[in-house]
Amino acid sequence: METLYLIFIDPFVQMVVEPAFLVEVLIGGLMSGVMYSLVALGFVLIFKASGIFNFAQGIFVLFAALNFVGLMDLGVHPILAFLITVGIMTVLAFAVDRLVLRPLVNQDPIILFMATIGIAFFLEGFGESIWGGDVRPVRVGIPDAALFWEAGFGEILVQSSDLFAGVIAAFLVTVLALFFHFTPVGRALRAVADDHQAALSVGIPLNNIWVIVWAVAGFVALVAGIMWGAKLGVQFALSTIALKALPVLILGGFTSIPGAIIGGLIVGAGEKLFENYWGVPLLEGATEEWFAYIVAMIFLFFRPQGLFGEKIIERV
Amino acid sequence: MNRPEHILLSVKDISLRFGGVRALTDVSFDIREGEIFAIIGPNGAGKSSMLNCINGFYHPQEGTITFKGEERRQMRPHEAAAQGISRTFQNIALFKGMTTLENVMTGRMLKMQASFVEQALYIGRGKREEIAHREKVEEVIDFLEIQSIRKTPVGRLPYGLQKRVELARALAAEPELLLLDEPMAGMNVEEKEDMCRFVLSTNHELGTTIALIEHDMGVVMDLSDRVVVLDYGRKLAEGTPDEIRGNQDVIDAYLGVSHD
Repeated sequence: METLYLIFIDPFVQMVVEPAFLVEVLIGGLMSGVMYSLVALGFVLIFKASGIFNFAQGIFVLFAALNFVGLMDLGVHPILAFLITVGIMTVLAFAVDRLVLRPLVNQDPIILFMATIGIAFFLEGFGESIWGGDVRPVRVGIPDAALFWEAGFGEILVQSSDLFAGVIAAFLVTVLALFFHFTPVGRALRAVADDHQAALSVGIPLNNIWVIVWAVAGFVALVAGIMWGAKLGVQFALSTIALKALPVLILGGFTSIPGAIIGGLIVGAGEKLFENYWGVPLLEGATEEWFAYIVAMIFLFFRPQGLFGEKIIERV
Repeated sequence: MNRPEHILLSVKDISLRFGGVRALTDVSFDIREGEIFAIIGPNGAGKSSMLNCINGFYHPQEGTITFKGEERRQMRPHEAAAQGISRTFQNIALFKGMTTLENVMTGRMLKMQASFVEQALYIGRGKREEIAHREKVEEVIDFLEIQSIRKTPVGRLPYGLQKRVELARALAAEPELLLLDEPMAGMNVEEKEDMCRFVLSTNHELGTTIALIEHDMGVVMDLSDRVVVLDYGRKLAEGTPDEIRGNQDVIDAYLGVSHD
C-alpha cells in the first residue's frame, strides 16, 4: 500500500501543494529538452533528405564546438570564430559528400550507416589530435545568473543561461521549419527526401542538395554544441549526451521536424519530472540517465513510427 | 502542330546493356516537333529503358541522342530537365508527403533564378519569383482540372488523380518534350478517357511534343501520330498507326508465331 501510494498519489499531491517547484522542474526540463531537440534536428535533416541515419551527428556537435572554442582560445572574436566554424562545417559537408556518400550511392542503408560510424570515429580522433582532449569552457558572454520570478503561487528560480539557450533554440527551430515549408530550396530538400527518382526528373541535382543538407546539419550541430558547451564545457562526453537524441527521434519520428522538437521537449520535461517526483523518493535518483530510453522502448512496442513519423506501410 | 517535318529528338543506333543483358540494340528513330509519338512493344521490349536513356537515367553504351540539334551520348537527369525534357513514371513517382500544389511547384524548380539566399530568406527576387511561379502553377492546375485537390497531400489521392498530378508537375516545367511512361496504366475507362483528353489538349493547346509508352492499343492508335514498335530491344517497325496495324512482324510479335 505504501509503495502504491508513493507511486500513484503522493507525486500528484506534491505537485498541487508546491506548484512553484513543479514549474521550476518543468522549465528546467523543457530547457534541456530544447537542447535535445537541436541535436535530434540534425539527425532528422539528414535522414529526411538522404535516408541515412547519421551516427556521426553527435560527433558533429562536439567537433563544431571544439573548433569554435579552439578558435576563441586562439584569440579570435566569437562572431568571427562562429563564422569560421560554419565554414569548416560546410567544408566537412562537402568532404563527406565527395569522399563517403558519392562512392556509396545506391548501396544498402546499412552500408551508409556503417560509413557514418566511420566518420564519427575519424572526427573524434581528428578533433582530439588538433584541439586536445581537455574540457574547455565556453565564454561567449551568455549571461549566467539566477533569476527570481514572482508568480502568484510562490517564487520561481530560473537560470538565465537556460532561458537564453531556450530562446536561441526556439528561434533556430522556427527558422528551419519556415525554411523547409515555404522556400523553394526547402521544397527541393523535401522533394529529395520523398523520392530520389522523381526529384531528378524535375531537375533537382541530388548531389548539391546533399551538400546543403549536411551543411545545414553541421550548422545546427554548431549551435547545439555551443549551447551544450556553455552549460557543461566542451568535452568528449558531449557526443554521448548527443545520443539522447535517439529516444527523442523514436518518440517524435525520424522524418518529422516538429516531431524532433516536440519529442525533445517531452523527453526533457518527462525525465526531470520523473526524476524529481518518482526517481528520488523511490529509486534513489539517477533515473535521468535511462528514463528516456525506457519511454522510447515502450513507444517502439506501440507506435514504432513515432508521434509524427510517416506510417510505415509495406505493400506485399 | 507547327512544322511537323522538323525533328525535335533523334535517337541513333542506341545500344544499352546491363552486364550481359542487352536491353536495347541499335535502336534509331526520330521524334518530330509537335507530334504525339508512341513507343509500343510486348513486356520487356525495352520501352521504359528507351525513355530512361532519353531523360538521362540510363547511359547507353553506344549511339547518340540529338535533342534540339545538340548531339550527346550521356546526360544527367537534371540536365535533361533543364533542356526541356519532362516525364512521368510507370509507377507514379510523386512526393507523397507534399500537397498537390507543392508537388506541381517542384516542377518549376529549374525556372527559378533567384540565389539560394534570396530564396531561403524569401526576399527580393526570391519573393517575386515565388509569386510568378505560383501563377503559372495555378494555370496548370486549372488546365488539368485538379483545383479541388490543391491542398491535399498526394499520398491520400486515388491512383487516377495521382497520375494527373504527376502530369501537372511535368507540365509545370513547360517542357518541349514530354515523356509519358504508361500514363493510363491501371486506370478505369472513365479515367482513361480523361487522361486521353488531357494528353490531346496538352499537345494541341500547349503545342508540347509528346512521347508515350502505352499498352492499350486502342488508346495508342487514337492518340498518336506515329508509332515505333520495339521487341527484345530491337526496333521492329515504325510508322503511322495504320501502317503499324497492318505490319505482319508486329502482329507476330504480339500474337506469337507458330513454328510448325
